[in-house]
Amino acid sequence: MKTYKEVFCETDKATLIPFFVIGDPDMETSFEIVKTAIDAGADILELGIPFSDPIADGPTIQKADIRSLRNGMSMAKAIEFIKRVKEYKDIPIGLLMYYNLMYQYGIEKFCKDFHQAGVNSVLVADLNVDDAEEIQGPAKAAGLDTVFMVTPNCSDERIAKITEKISGFVYTVSLLGVTGGREKLSDKVRPLVAKLKTMTDVPICVGFGISKGQHAADVVKAGADGVIVGSALIKLIEANLENKEKMLSEISEFITEMKEAIAGV
Amino acid sequence: MKYKGRYGQFGGFYVPEVLNGVLEELEEGFYRYYKDEGFVAELESLYKDYAGRETPLYFAKRFSEYVGFKVYLKREDLLHGGAHKVNNALGQGLLAKYMGKTKIIAETGAGQHGLATAMIGALFGMETKIFMGVIDIERQNVNVHKMRLCGAQVIGVQGGTGTLKDAINDAMRYWTSHAEDTFYLFGTAAGPHPYPTIVRHFQTCIGTEARKQCLDKLGKLPDMVVACVGGGSNAIGIFSGFIDDKDVKLVGVEAGGKSVASGKHAATLVAGKVGILHGSKAYLLQDEDGQVYDTESISAGLDYPSVGPEHCLLKDLKRAEYVAAEDEEVLDAFEILIQKEGIIPALESSHALAYLISLKDKLTPETIVVMNLSGRGDKDVSIVEKYRPVK
Ligand SMILES: Cc1ncc(COP(=O)(O)O)c(C=O)c1O
Repeated sequence: MKTYKEVFCETDKATLIPFFVIGDPDMETSFEIVKTAIDAGADILELGIPFSDPIADGPTIQKADIRSLRNGMSMAKAIEFIKRVKEYKDIPIGLLMYYNLMYQYGIEKFCKDFHQAGVNSVLVADLNVDDAEEIQGPAKAAGLDTVFMVTPNCSDERIAKITEKISGFVYTVSLLGVTGGREKLSDKVRPLVAKLKTMTDVPICVGFGISKGQHAADVVKAGADGVIVGSALIKLIEANLENKEKMLSEISEFITEMKEAIAGV
Repeated sequence: MKYKGRYGQFGGFYVPEVLNGVLEELEEGFYRYYKDEGFVAELESLYKDYAGRETPLYFAKRFSEYVGFKVYLKREDLLHGGAHKVNNALGQGLLAKYMGKTKIIAETGAGQHGLATAMIGALFGMETKIFMGVIDIERQNVNVHKMRLCGAQVIGVQGGTGTLKDAINDAMRYWTSHAEDTFYLFGTAAGPHPYPTIVRHFQTCIGTEARKQCLDKLGKLPDMVVACVGGGSNAIGIFSGFIDDKDVKLVGVEAGGKSVASGKHAATLVAGKVGILHGSKAYLLQDEDGQVYDTESISAGLDYPSVGPEHCLLKDLKRAEYVAAEDEEVLDAFEILIQKEGIIPALESSHALAYLISLKDKLTPETIVVMNLSGRGDKDVSIVEKYRPVK
């Protein structure tokens, strides 16, 4: 199984990490979308398990969650989906999810089953580093990395506490807020990335609000090792629900554009 | 965070990292001011002169004759705004002021907490935004109008079902990017730490008064204390006065909706399973995977799939008992209290009344029950009219 380390070492360029909600808008189309993203040059995948109450997400991802759940997504189907993706290509996968889903599944069993399916790391959006021990033991035992978020309002002390618990990569939140496309890159992200560079050796990936090639180029210039793009991609799904071909070609073009922007740095 | 905010295994602060610092600031502010002499004096004066505390403990004679035991109503319905919600809104609003915040936001279900917050926004001259589910806006439109008259902006929330849980989701999301100048005035004793502690604190006046009134008036403690439970604030408020009195039975009444068996209800403690929602580990109505259920209840204020962590602990410790009342029983209770006492109860509070009616002729006549009449039912008259047209 391909590791984050291998990906981050293989390339001297920053990595592109698209985010999709598993099963959005439905299982089959979702798989086509992920394949398209891989073919267009995604280095790592960030996949979300949809939740009924995603408080860290803005309207775009909320709607994706609802589409997926309405079309019958379940934990069992999420595992199936991940296995299918890994059969298509051995690409590292990070999960992004809410705690209740893991809690109900059983934390140990979750870590075992999802690692076996091919997942490299898990980020629980509503699990604070203060409660990291609730998942860290089982995750470690199963071989799953645990990713946590660092936000612009974290003190240095807090960042130190978080990075100490992180394995895999630092999920750097570019702004104070929820996920969702933004016109402008937050002015908080560059200083935060610069500070993180001095505080940890773990790769630094930046997400939330990255919507354009220029945003991606700017965070890479600031020192980021990876760029996570979610809502901007999911908008393309939402806009083309009636035209699958157009949906896939627009996703492919957008990823290519992002890759070029990163490569141009 | 200085404290864990746990009630046994329940509670905590399961929130995205961006909210951690924000809640920490709130915790720090609360513990700095809640015992501060100036803060306490100002709050006491507002409780008395603005809200109308203390509220009476009223012996409901004709209702007592009807059920066959002695019922005392703690008259939170007489408070300014029409519900216990003002106790908490004044407390947190004052805290916001002391913490130097200039804007407040709140979620609301029945609109009672939204109204209380809008009133306090006007009182303190703070810009106010209220998040409210679109379904609730429709069914509680009198309160929506009152909030707007106070100058608050009411923001309609679609979300899953357009009810309280969706309003909380959106209020939390909004807060993540506006915390610098904005205070989130949370309406019930649930949500992430430190809210359950804060809301409990500002609602303990109900229980403290009620206990003293019992001793002064009756010369003894009641046999039973009953309250309705949505998120749990009015119930924990009155329970808090009696938790240490082991002989006083505590009963919380949840929304049984159509019926618990039908799945169309909001009886979290009765039928839920432990899970995590809105930053807190608590009993939760959810499916096998952990997706949160859409709840159903005639009363918007109880239409919530989770519940405060302290109630979860009281349930597990068997210190309190939790039951459910169905919509039809609630409508009966609403009518009976009006007919017997000329008091219009909120549909939320009518759940507690329905439980008392279910005990009709089952307790000895000397049994003393204190029930928290958490709010008045003016806001509900048109809803009841729809289900039970007056002939
Ligand atoms: C009158 C009244 N009672 C009870 C409740 C339920 O809330 P809680 O359980 O926090 O007291 C509400 C909520 O809107 C209410 O308006």
